[in-house]
Amino acid sequence: MIPALVVFAYLGVVLYIGIFAFRHTASGEGAEGYFLANRSLGQYVFLLSLFGTNMTAFTILGSAGHAFANGIVTFGLMGSSSALLIPMGLYLFGPRVWALGKRYGFITPVQMYRDRWECGHIGTAIFAIQAILLVPYIVIAVMGGGTTLNAVSDGVIPYWFGGAVVAIVVMSYVFFGGMRGTAWVNTFQTALFLTFGAAAVIFIGVSIGGFPQAMQRLLESAETASLLTRERVAPRFFFSYMLIPLSTIMFPHISIFCLTARRMGQFKKTVIFYPLCILAIWLPCTFLGVSANAMRDVPGIEAKLVARETLATERETLSMAEATELQSEASGDDVIILMLDHYAPLWLAGLLGAGIMAAVMASDSQILALSTMFTEDVFAYYGGAARFGPAVQVQTGRLFVIVIAMVAYAIALEAPPGIFGLAVQYAFSGYTTLLPLLVAALFWKDSTKWGALAVVIWTAVTLIATAVLQATVPVPPPGTIVPVWTVAGVDVISRTTSGTDVLGYMPVLPMLIVSTSLMVGVSWLTPKPTRTTLSRYFGN
Amino acid sequence: MKRWLLTAAVVAVYLLHQDVWFWNTTHPLVFGFLPIGLFYHATYSLVAAVLMWVLVRYAWPSHLEHEAEATVLVDQSPSSRTGL
Repeated sequence: MIPALVVFAYLGVVLYIGIFAFRHTASGEGAEGYFLANRSLGQYVFLLSLFGTNMTAFTILGSAGHAFANGIVTFGLMGSSSALLIPMGLYLFGPRVWALGKRYGFITPVQMYRDRWECGHIGTAIFAIQAILLVPYIVIAVMGGGTTLNAVSDGVIPYWFGGAVVAIVVMSYVFFGGMRGTAWVNTFQTALFLTFGAAAVIFIGVSIGGFPQAMQRLLESAETASLLTRERVAPRFFFSYMLIPLSTIMFPHISIFCLTARRMGQFKKTVIFYPLCILAIWLPCTFLGVSANAMRDVPGIEAKLVARETLATERETLSMAEATELQSEASGDDVIILMLDHYAPLWLAGLLGAGIMAAVMASDSQILALSTMFTEDVFAYYGGAARFGPAVQVQTGRLFVIVIAMVAYAIALEAPPGIFGLAVQYAFSGYTTLLPLLVAALFWKDSTKWGALAVVIWTAVTLIATAVLQATVPVPPPGTIVPVWTVAGVDVISRTTSGTDVLGYMPVLPMLIVSTSLMVGVSWLTPKPTRTTLSRYFGN
Repeated sequence: MKRWLLTAAVVAVYLLHQDVWFWNTTHPLVFGFLPIGLFYHATYSLVAAVLMWVLVRYAWPSHLEHEAEATVLVDQSPSSRTGL
């Protein structure tokens, strides 16, 4: 229980930072103060908070779990690809979004789209799809909180209670502290995790007799040796997965965060140091996740490996319910916590548990972003701000924070295990498909609101189709695929263990190609915005 | 010329991510414990940081900041727009 107590102490510190340390500045500020910290964040808070915002349960628990099952490919799939594409997105779009926000007072991306394409309800459609896609990301944070507290307390704290604690803590400091409180909490969390993450790797490495020995143990078996290569993932899949990090700049909490910088120059160090931060977090998580396969002396990990072996050898004789239960048992989302629990001293396990909790709780920015969008893009846009005034506008945003946290918690209680898949399939693919909106708005004069609407409809239709397909076609055993649509002997759409693929690629590849084509084709055929508007964005 | 060189560098780094040459290889274990495929992508992340430094150093859009600072905030509230 000691690690759990340390984690609770950590949660207390986070609450203090978020609520009290910055309450005096959050109170009395208008919408721009609450939602954007008055566009005044400094260099290091901007960097660490932006990175912390992206460092979620998905990053820490999901990546280690994915590496536990799939091997070192995890780092190439999401780590190194993010090291290039996330800062590249920040470099290309961040300063432009910041400058437009500064010039025209935008608080959300939808405000920019409405202004840029002279539209109203189409902007609301963009809001709706962005908001819906953000919910899974918030849900995985609550799920991660439940998993973490359950693991660090040896099962004493139930999953439902852990998830509730995370939801309440995050909701509280976002409610009171707004963007300023959230940014400082994220800064604290990132610093904490970077510090104690390194300690975790060293302690676990020493405890297991050194990583070279662990690697040798993995190499002794053909089954585990393959985890040290990338043979479990096809090059086509790997190639298309590289599109996933393009989603980052389209996440509303990231584009809104771009508006909080005091000066545009603050993006410089952020884009340079971002790949290094990715390396510092993803490499240890991937490596520890793979190494866990050699740690059969950890009872929890041994149980997972046994479940995986049973799935592989007795798949044909298992009922659907038994197979689902075994898949749940074999899921590796908590392997890092199990390692810490087994190898690290109690006090360090607690601190490291707090560090993991820091990453898990990164849903704060997403909750604040959803609240900001609802308040600005719906409440204010449809007359609420003019009718009730700015104070009610901010209170509405706060009320929305509570609603979002409660909904996310309710979903988390029912959601299946497998943080990684849940996030990737819907949120990341969807935001990548929406990328043509931002590119066209900032770089292409001839783009139109109808092109934007076509992109939104296409994204919604493909995501619904993917969800329906995955709900109706049962998950095949690991390593096998079920053809769903075959043309002339070629499997066009297939159901895989991790989701769906199209001609061997992730669905995100065709989704992005078509959404780009729709933006171009529909914009060519429809009326352009007025010259006045275009001159404000592109000059004369 | 500078723009083309930088664009080529970005494309090259992007393509280098698809390292099929280390796909099924475990060895060498760099430092005795890092499989070569993992070491390659760790190095790739460092290269990405260098690339970002080059872009910031030689192609930073500083004109945007000057324009934003020079422009008086205009009340162009999108909330006033109606229709589709």
